[in-house]
Amino acid sequence: MLRTLYDKLWDAHVVHVEPDGMTLLYIDRQLVHEVTSPQAFEGLRINGRKPWRADTILATPDHNVPTVNRRAGIADPVSRIQVETLDANCRDFGLTEFAMNDPRQGIVHVIGPEQGFTQPGVTLVCGDSHTSTHGAFAALAFGIGTSEVEHVMATQCLWQKKSKVMLVKVDGVLAKGVTAKDIALAIIGRIGTAGGTGHAIEFGGSAIRALSMEGRMTLCNMAIEAGARAGMVAADDKTIDYMRDRPYGPKGEQWQAAVAYWRTLVSDPGARFDALVELNAAEIRPQVTWGTSPEMVAAVDGRVPDPTEAPNAVKKADWERALRYMGLKAHTPISEIALDKVFIGSCTNSRIEDIWEAAEVVRVLAGAGRKVAANVKLALVVPGSGLIKAQAEAEGLDVIFREAGFEWREPGCSMCLAMNADRLEAGERCAATSNRNFEGRQGQGGRTHLVSPAMAAAAAMYGHFVDVREVML
Amino acid sequence: MRPFTQHRGRVAPLDRANVDTDAIIPKQFLKSIKRTGFGPNAFDEWRYLDHGEPGMDNSKRPLNPDFVLNLPRYQGASILLARENFGCGSSREHAPWALEDYGFRAIIAPSYADIFYNNCFKNGILPIVLPAAVVDQMFQETAAAEGYSLTVDLAAQTVITPGGEGFAFEVDGERKHRLLNGLDDIALTLQYTDEIKAYEARREQVSPWLFN
Repeated sequence: MLRTLYDKLWDAHVVHVEPDGMTLLYIDRQLVHEVTSPQAFEGLRINGRKPWRADTILATPDHNVPTVNRRAGIADPVSRIQVETLDANCRDFGLTEFAMNDPRQGIVHVIGPEQGFTQPGVTLVCGDSHTSTHGAFAALAFGIGTSEVEHVMATQCLWQKKSKVMLVKVDGVLAKGVTAKDIALAIIGRIGTAGGTGHAIEFGGSAIRALSMEGRMTLCNMAIEAGARAGMVAADDKTIDYMRDRPYGPKGEQWQAAVAYWRTLVSDPGARFDALVELNAAEIRPQVTWGTSPEMVAAVDGRVPDPTEAPNAVKKADWERALRYMGLKAHTPISEIALDKVFIGSCTNSRIEDIWEAAEVVRVLAGAGRKVAANVKLALVVPGSGLIKAQAEAEGLDVIFREAGFEWREPGCSMCLAMNADRLEAGERCAATSNRNFEGRQGQGGRTHLVSPAMAAAAAMYGHFVDVREVML
Repeated sequence: MRPFTQHRGRVAPLDRANVDTDAIIPKQFLKSIKRTGFGPNAFDEWRYLDHGEPGMDNSKRPLNPDFVLNLPRYQGASILLARENFGCGSSREHAPWALEDYGFRAIIAPSYADIFYNNCFKNGILPIVLPAAVVDQMFQETAAAEGYSLTVDLAAQTVITPGGEGFAFEVDGERKHRLLNGLDDIALTLQYTDEIKAYEARREQVSPWLFN
């Protein structure tokens, strides 16, 4: 029987199957943050339960943490209580936590892989939809609600029904300046935000093999924006090289055994998928979203679409509403959209490679005499973890950003969802490397355009969108 | 969890596709460490004219008269009629908590995002999938008749219109059983403790590096 990667991961974790196919699935790893966990801990307490395996849980505060002046603590009392509640819960239940001022603190989906806590072949969950990120390591990783956070803590298992599997195959070579983020947005533009509903997506093809682990994480991170709870990429040499010498990864003899197992984490040639989507990497251009759903996306050399050309009445109404909210007119060239703020960060694009890409654009444009454009009130760079921040600083990247007029901040989710003080005011327009452009996502009335780190950096320096392929020539 | 068996209630129509969980309950209310009290902030940014923050007295805030849930005819609604991909985006269980706290017991839509769909069952809310054409018909009937109500029978897996028309829907057997009886998932799973431990022992042999 030929099996997909998803089949292999699933089969390896089955504890019990009910007659209707509902399966008790063993969960190897859980990441915990402050927003979706307090009610789960409270549930454990009320019922006198303890974590089944405390060693499989890693916690960090990320959503509420300030990105400036952290030593002064959290000014917002409601946010502060939530973060302190996480600290207390981790102490009470004996869990490992990288607290706010720990140098290893960061966004859960950044620190899991960075620490080697995320490993190939595991099932990994978190009360956060972007848990799909970890599938980049040939793992089965997906977001869950708070009731299930409590359930996994108490039982080390989850009731799940097997998904269908979609293969998204991207072959060919990306143009210079086109990144994993652009692949992700191009896929969502093609299949829509519900295109992957009911499916796990495996990303394959030569363009995916050519991506770094950081790029694969960006891609899997956005699987949920295509409706798929889980995204994944088969294990290969890059996966194994990334895992080497990670603090929580296998060591010594166990390393050899683990690598031998990890090598099997690929779909068998000829295995059957329920759906297939194919893209040609060479045709993908830098992407910019224009609306209030990630599927509302165009290439940087394109235009804002005309709702009268929408495929059906529901979409037409959606597009009209989106253009009203975004303050945009049909047929406007994307490159004429001017910006008030720029945000480089989030679990999608805050890893070292993302910082490198953005810094390189800033370095080249600053060399040509540019700074952050006058109409851009705030350009933020928020690294994904304390360790990434330290690495970037050791490489002098913070100086490149600062000298050009960017702010260089402490790690956290920041302006991706604006639970801390970093946010858009009503009507402000932002180029963001995050994952959601929903109404109000970055602040009530705020207008979000999703782009890659290179595109965001270039937009900051010009004050409007520009084709990074042209300005970097 | 409150069991769901049969429910008859007034229908409120939310006529837009891809309603995301950020819209159902905006992020500032996620700072609560409680499970209850989210109802007054359900759809906050659409429902009120001002900007909402935790701790405000919501009864004193200006309502958006154009938002459908604020219309007098839909007051007391307990069944939400929606369009495709309802509940997409963030995994926040605060979304079903807010809908439940608002008073919704069932949702009817052509499709849901997976995580949201799953979260509903943990909170006594029944998310019903009906074909887009049927949902369309219900939108029209809701608009045409003030006080339009539906009867949802989970045991029979049927939605019955005021005209007596019945529409069958699918639901997983295990989910149905738990919702009908309001069962505690964790207590049920702990009945499998021996199987979980046996699995763990096998897995530790095969993948010892996951048990350090």
